[in-house]
Amino acid sequence: MQSTEGTIRVRMRINGSDRIADDVWPGESLLYVLRERLGLPGSKNACEQGECGSCTVLLDDVPVCACLVAAGQAEGRSVTTVEGLGGTAGDGTSGAELSPVQQAFVAAGAVQCGFCTPGLVVAATDLLRRHPQPSDLQIREALAGNLCRCTGYEKIIDAVHAAAATLSGSRP
Amino acid sequence: MSAPAPVAPALASPVGFAAAPSAATTSTATAPERTTVAGGVGESPVRPDGTHKVQGAFAYSSDMWADGMLWGSTLRSPHPHALITRLDVGPALAIPGVSAVLTHADVPGRNAYGLEHRDQPVLAVDRVRYQGEPVAIVAADHPETARRAAAAIVVEYRPLDPVTDPESAIDGSAPPLHPNGNVVRHVPIRRGDLAAARAAAEVVVTGEYTVGMQDQAFLGPESGLAIPAEDGVELFVATQWLHVDRDQIAEALGMRPDQVRITLAGVGGAFGAREDLSMQIHACLLALATNRPVKFVYSREESFFGHVHRHPARMHYEHGATADGRLLYVQARIVLDGGAYASSTPAVVANAATLGAGPYRVDAVHIDGYGVYTNNPPCGAMRGFGAVQATFGYESQMDKLAAAVGVDPARIRMINGLSQGDAVATGQILDSPAPVAELVQRVRDLPLPPEPARDGSGDGQVDVRALPGGVANSTHGEGVRRGVGYGVGIKNICFSEGFDDYSTARVRVEVVGGEPMVTVHTAAAEVGQGLVTLQQQICRTELGIADVHVHPADTSVGSAGSSSASRQSYVTGGAVRAACIAVRDALLARAAERLGVDAVELRLDPGGLVTGPGAGIDLAGLLDTGFVEETVTWRHRPTTTLDPETGQGDAHVQFAFAAHRAVVDVDLELGLVKVVQLDCAQDVGKAMNPDAVLGQIQGGSAQGLGLAVMEEIQVSDGLVRNPSFTDYLIPTILDMPPMRIQVLEYPDPNAPYGLRGVGEPPTISSTPAIVAAIRDATGLDLSRIPVRPEHLIGHLLPA
Repeated sequence: MQSTEGTIRVRMRINGSDRIADDVWPGESLLYVLRERLGLPGSKNACEQGECGSCTVLLDDVPVCACLVAAGQAEGRSVTTVEGLGGTAGDGTSGAELSPVQQAFVAAGAVQCGFCTPGLVVAATDLLRRHPQPSDLQIREALAGNLCRCTGYEKIIDAVHAAAATLSGSRP
Repeated sequence: MSAPAPVAPALASPVGFAAAPSAATTSTATAPERTTVAGGVGESPVRPDGTHKVQGAFAYSSDMWADGMLWGSTLRSPHPHALITRLDVGPALAIPGVSAVLTHADVPGRNAYGLEHRDQPVLAVDRVRYQGEPVAIVAADHPETARRAAAAIVVEYRPLDPVTDPESAIDGSAPPLHPNGNVVRHVPIRRGDLAAARAAAEVVVTGEYTVGMQDQAFLGPESGLAIPAEDGVELFVATQWLHVDRDQIAEALGMRPDQVRITLAGVGGAFGAREDLSMQIHACLLALATNRPVKFVYSREESFFGHVHRHPARMHYEHGATADGRLLYVQARIVLDGGAYASSTPAVVANAATLGAGPYRVDAVHIDGYGVYTNNPPCGAMRGFGAVQATFGYESQMDKLAAAVGVDPARIRMINGLSQGDAVATGQILDSPAPVAELVQRVRDLPLPPEPARDGSGDGQVDVRALPGGVANSTHGEGVRRGVGYGVGIKNICFSEGFDDYSTARVRVEVVGGEPMVTVHTAAAEVGQGLVTLQQQICRTELGIADVHVHPADTSVGSAGSSSASRQSYVTGGAVRAACIAVRDALLARAAERLGVDAVELRLDPGGLVTGPGAGIDLAGLLDTGFVEETVTWRHRPTTTLDPETGQGDAHVQFAFAAHRAVVDVDLELGLVKVVQLDCAQDVGKAMNPDAVLGQIQGGSAQGLGLAVMEEIQVSDGLVRNPSFTDYLIPTILDMPPMRIQVLEYPDPNAPYGLRGVGEPPTISSTPAIVAAIRDATGLDLSRIPVRPEHLIGHLLPA
């Protein structure tokens, strides 16, 4: 996968589209490649050491901090970013639709500055796949890796409950 | 268990103040309360930026990108105090991919900036005064290349002893760090007869209190993109006040202010940390030097060195009272460590001193507030701004007083709480509601959470996630004791001490696709609080037009002032409203001309119809000759300076109050604290957007919780020991308890819509409430925040 001297080529399936990043310095994180090389800045860079969760993405359906994943580790794997949660345009960027979790975050007032929001909606989406009707404590435990400095988290809990209700109501 | 729902924002009965706001600022003829279309004032429409934010499509300052852009990096001093003896950028310039390396010699204008004193070098010349002070900057084609180039710059330092004790700045024993010495400002408050009050006091309580250095810890790091322009520079940046950034940048670049054009990029939180410049001048210098766009994004570690923090404080308090607990005097000495540069220290000290007696009626006040220079990290604005530190002191004292006179902590606050008509420590009379006793009573009367059985007599099902230590599984309830505590605070809203505090709003009404549309344009920084939503709401209410577009904030319109001091709803809200009224008057004048009637006969109805007796015209018809636009600069009522000897004066525009009750569980063996419930009552005058009000109270309370039990930048010998989110802890969703919230709406007749600033008060009172609850649980005399485990179990440990 060597493309030019000292750099690598990384191929990933991102939000359902096959994407290639060239000239990647091996020290670059998945977060950097998403943000700076592939035009997907939705995942945020707030601590770059896996403490804040703002860069949470699904790597083969497992939530990870993209800042802690070397880009090369994602070679050949599937990545879902915040841009892919609500349906996407052809290049993996956000489409017009909001997912129920995204919709609930907006409606519940769970978004203030919004910098933590991409990571939180990805983490909450993962939680609701595993626990469709989570308790407050399950929500708190599942989202404990996502720091928010604006909201005090109350409306985030409200949003997850609201999304759970929407999702369960829409299930056959 | 589900979270208790917050009490719906409740209209308190404004007995005695039910009349409309005074005609002086809000004439009912020109500004009737008109919720004429959905989404107006008093409702909670969704944020206009919410959809983009949940999609990851909102462009924050760190998301900026331009073709051919370079990455900036900053070389910072490793020493808190040193002379620079050699500086050689040659090795950095030799690295492939590096376009420019700049030092102080490359600053074309004034190599100094600062909010109140221009005392901080853009790039250090021959001396550094704090660890992290910028020395040189680099632009390169990859951020890693830029970082490595910065590291390759050769700097030789001769370290000096750092001045780290703020007392040494006051007593003059430390060498001066700046030409005028090390005291940035001393604010004395002298009110009443202290000696007589001391003689009369039947109960006296004293205490020494310490506040650690808190970080704003916004999530979006300092970042932005500078683009060279033909006649100047354009900057896209996350900031709190575009125009003061512009003026400082222009001075450093040696340009006219209009040559520096700033557009607000998406702001990932602020909380005071973006009042001072960080990468702004550096990015502009590099963009102009390379003639290419230059982007900076600080890492989290760099962010800890890239902005000012909350002043650490040492305080001595003495309160005297009657035997039944009525305050007779407050004497205090408050020392705030401003660190290496002044930033907003003068104003922070003024707040600590003028608000240092708290929300209490007390005739004799003797306070000395000091803000000083040291070689510790520079400190400046953070939510609560001087009031936070003092509140920990005086609220700790109120609990001591309650214990000394034998009344409960809520009662002592209700006995002494300020009311409308009372004077505060500066002699200023409270001329609008000040329902301190009611706020305390309301949180006191909320139901307490059930206390689980600690003795195994329950159902045996203990959820460790609800206990101190959580999933560390360190207790199942044994050794855990519950405590309850109260805190109440006072905060000035808007800028004080005679500052010309204004905002500018431009409002346009036009017809697009046959429908009327409003565009509102200000330079006010949306930092997450919801100001964009509020501007839309005001336009809808005043103009009756649903479709309101918020123009990006930039410097092509006049200053809006800072998004700080809880002031933007008041001041930019006031400006937007005034601009809407001007637009409405212009629309009615145009309609009057068309219809041949007097404008006073006409009114603008919801949906864009101008009607009057026997005649009417819709806006599509009225605006066929073009849009109507008005730009208005709006000021709140003037304030005065403080008397330099007595600290007396009508220095503040408005006061705001909040009260908290905290319930905590403490593991007495391990010193672990779980805040179980945190309730708040706050008077907001008018809940302009009830959901946003709740969000401010919840978020502000969380920051207060952080200061109470976990957040501290640990500094020793002038060096920061924990510049990361691994070592500087902020509350997670597991740390933040459910809240019950009571929102009172007693209108302030002086303020637009009767509103009262919301953002800061909940941060101020939550900290002392939590610490009081920990004292209640442990019986310990806790005089330092944040409270750490060793403060709780230190007495159990071997000496």
